[in-house]
Amino acid sequence: MWERIREMMRKELRQALREPRMRVLLFLPPLVQLTLFGYAVNLDVERAPIAWMDGDGTPASRALRAAFEGSPHFRVVATPMREDEGRELLDRGRILMLVRVLPGFAERVQRGEMAAVQILIEGTNSNTASILMAYATRILRRYADEVMAERERRTLRALAIAREAPITVPELQVQTRVWFNPDLRSRNYFVPGVLVNIIAIVTLILTAMAIVRERELGTMEQLLVTPLRPVEFILGKTVPFALIGLVDVVLVTSAALLIFRVPFRGSALVLLLGAVLFVLTTLGMGVFLSTISRTQQQAMLASFFFFMPAFTLSGFAFPIRNMPVPVQYLTRANPVRYFLEIVRGVFLKGTGIEVLWPQMVALLIFGVAIFGLSVWRFRRRLE
Amino acid sequence: MWAIEVEDVVKRFGEFVAVDRISFRVRRGEIFGLLGPNGAGKSTTIRILCGLLAPTSGRARVDGLDVVTQAEQVKRRIGYMSQRFSLYEDLTVEENVELFSGLYGVPRERRRQRQQEVLEMAGLTAWRRRLVRALPGGWKQRLALGCALVHEPPILFLDEPTSGVDPIARRQFWDMIVRLSEAGRTILVTTHYMDEAAYCHRLALMDRGRIVALDAPAALARSLASVAFLHLESSDLWESLKVLEREASVERVTLFGAGVHLRVRDPERARERIQRALHARGITISRLDVVAPSMEDVFVAVIEGGERNER
Ligand SMILES: Nc1ncnc2c1ncn2[C@@H]1O[C@H](COP(=O)(O)OP(=O)(O)OP(=O)(O)O)[C@@H](O)[C@H]1O
Ligand SMILES: [Mg+2]
Repeated sequence: MWERIREMMRKELRQALREPRMRVLLFLPPLVQLTLFGYAVNLDVERAPIAWMDGDGTPASRALRAAFEGSPHFRVVATPMREDEGRELLDRGRILMLVRVLPGFAERVQRGEMAAVQILIEGTNSNTASILMAYATRILRRYADEVMAERERRTLRALAIAREAPITVPELQVQTRVWFNPDLRSRNYFVPGVLVNIIAIVTLILTAMAIVRERELGTMEQLLVTPLRPVEFILGKTVPFALIGLVDVVLVTSAALLIFRVPFRGSALVLLLGAVLFVLTTLGMGVFLSTISRTQQQAMLASFFFFMPAFTLSGFAFPIRNMPVPVQYLTRANPVRYFLEIVRGVFLKGTGIEVLWPQMVALLIFGVAIFGLSVWRFRRRLE
Repeated sequence: MWAIEVEDVVKRFGEFVAVDRISFRVRRGEIFGLLGPNGAGKSTTIRILCGLLAPTSGRARVDGLDVVTQAEQVKRRIGYMSQRFSLYEDLTVEENVELFSGLYGVPRERRRQRQQEVLEMAGLTAWRRRLVRALPGGWKQRLALGCALVHEPPILFLDEPTSGVDPIARRQFWDMIVRLSEAGRTILVTTHYMDEAAYCHRLALMDRGRIVALDAPAALARSLASVAFLHLESSDLWESLKVLEREASVERVTLFGAGVHLRVRDPERARERIQRALHARGITISRLDVVAPSMEDVFVAVIEGGERNER
């Protein structure tokens, strides 16, 4: 049995790696995608032009402006005096955001009340808008926290004086942090996601096509008269692509770490385990699709029809919690979602298996089920 | 024991009956031919015997094993060359042989030697590192035969092994088949070419799913004793055909080589009449002789005989 599987695998690898076209297909898309998501699809906003309207004119308001200017994300390009001036700049697209510090800002801050800062954002590109919003909010919060900390320290000191007791005042260090992706870099978010896409393409589409090709060319007929069993055929056909897929994982991960400096906080072993389980599912799906396709084109189309919605609903680009509730439930039947959670968990949060095991189990169930179904459907005869 | 036994095998594809209750038995070491026009059911029969298709009804045994219930054991005892070339064109000659010797489980210690033997037999040793894609048709067929033989099966199924191969290569190929049979292997072979039928020990003529005649080639020819065949070559074959169509003494005209074969009852009388009729039209006859019937003549006669009996 192993002997025959080995022969099949050897043959498959030879075929896959011999054709220059095939070689390109195996290793180029990963790098292209990586570059695309690493460089081109950059949702980060850097040095966004903004306008600043200071209606308060106090040290407090100037400190806030300094905080914005100190951020790499913003660049104050105008200081309009009147409201409509600012709006016009927005309309004409000269600036992406208008910040108005309302009069009485400093006083309110001193009293610990809600300080009034108005932010107007150019919302044509909702994505950019929400990112700008996030950056601005972060700066504001940090500023507010600092002020609060300062106030509290002062209150404590005042208390200490009142009691005439020498209390050491704790220096409160308040810091907000966006967890897991502190720089809010979209690259960190996307590059690990590219892994998912690449493994799926290499394993799903290529296996489906490779199997259908045997049938199209008639070579399947020759294999069927040998003692090769269906399971052996399927393993011989899929394991090479699994290996190639895992090589791609290593390739993409290395590139992500070295070129794009994406953080990798978790364990490579957990990632690899997740990848193996995911590959089980995609290979099984590939075999399944080959049993319902007659030509290579059909196999390719079927793969895309399966993978596109699965990928869209995986949370790669659109967060699942933003989807309609029924669709959110639907995503639970989506293996791509689970693998994406594993990948991002490992890369960004350093999550271990103790947290990710439900995803792993889900993938295992998918994989075993779809593989079983394919082997069962994959009949020994020609009809 | 018989090498192959087929009993009342029927194969339907939906409503269509591709193989219609055929029965025959093949001896060990025999070259058994299946001959018939397109769609006769030759390939379907072979595929059933190889376990690639399940018969709709009937039983078939290969080397004493049932092709349905013991398909896995059957596979180890047969070699199969499909009608359509079906080795890997993007692998080299050697890699194909390697693959199939591995899949058939040729013992490791024998494998190298067996691969050499196969390459030698196919005359491809010098081309072992060539991609199969780059080989001419006849060579591919020899490689396919080689791959079907790596595990030294006692029984071989060859489905039109010489289609699309030039005459010289065809001869070489048949020489190989004859040698295999002399070495004790059983060969069931299908062909379109009538002249190849002469290499077979016995022939089954198939037409529309049925076996219409089964005998040694010479015996089949003899069964047409009541008729004779004339071979005609003339200055204007086209005009001759028109004349012969109206000639009552000629039962049937078939093209053969550069001329035509004429089936007649009384060769001497027919010859005189034909000479007269062609002369009248100004056609010169370059050859008009009594000849032994070709396999094609036999085939056509047997099938027409069958049709006549049906009516
Ligand atoms: N899988 C199938 N489904 C439906 N019909 C089929 C199938 N395979 C064969 N047939 C039909 O069965 C008939 C017999 O086919 P078969 O291939 O056995 O003929 P053949 O004698 O080998 O002809 P040829 O000389 O063209 O190879 C044909 O009419 C063919 O169309
Ligand atoms: Mg055929």
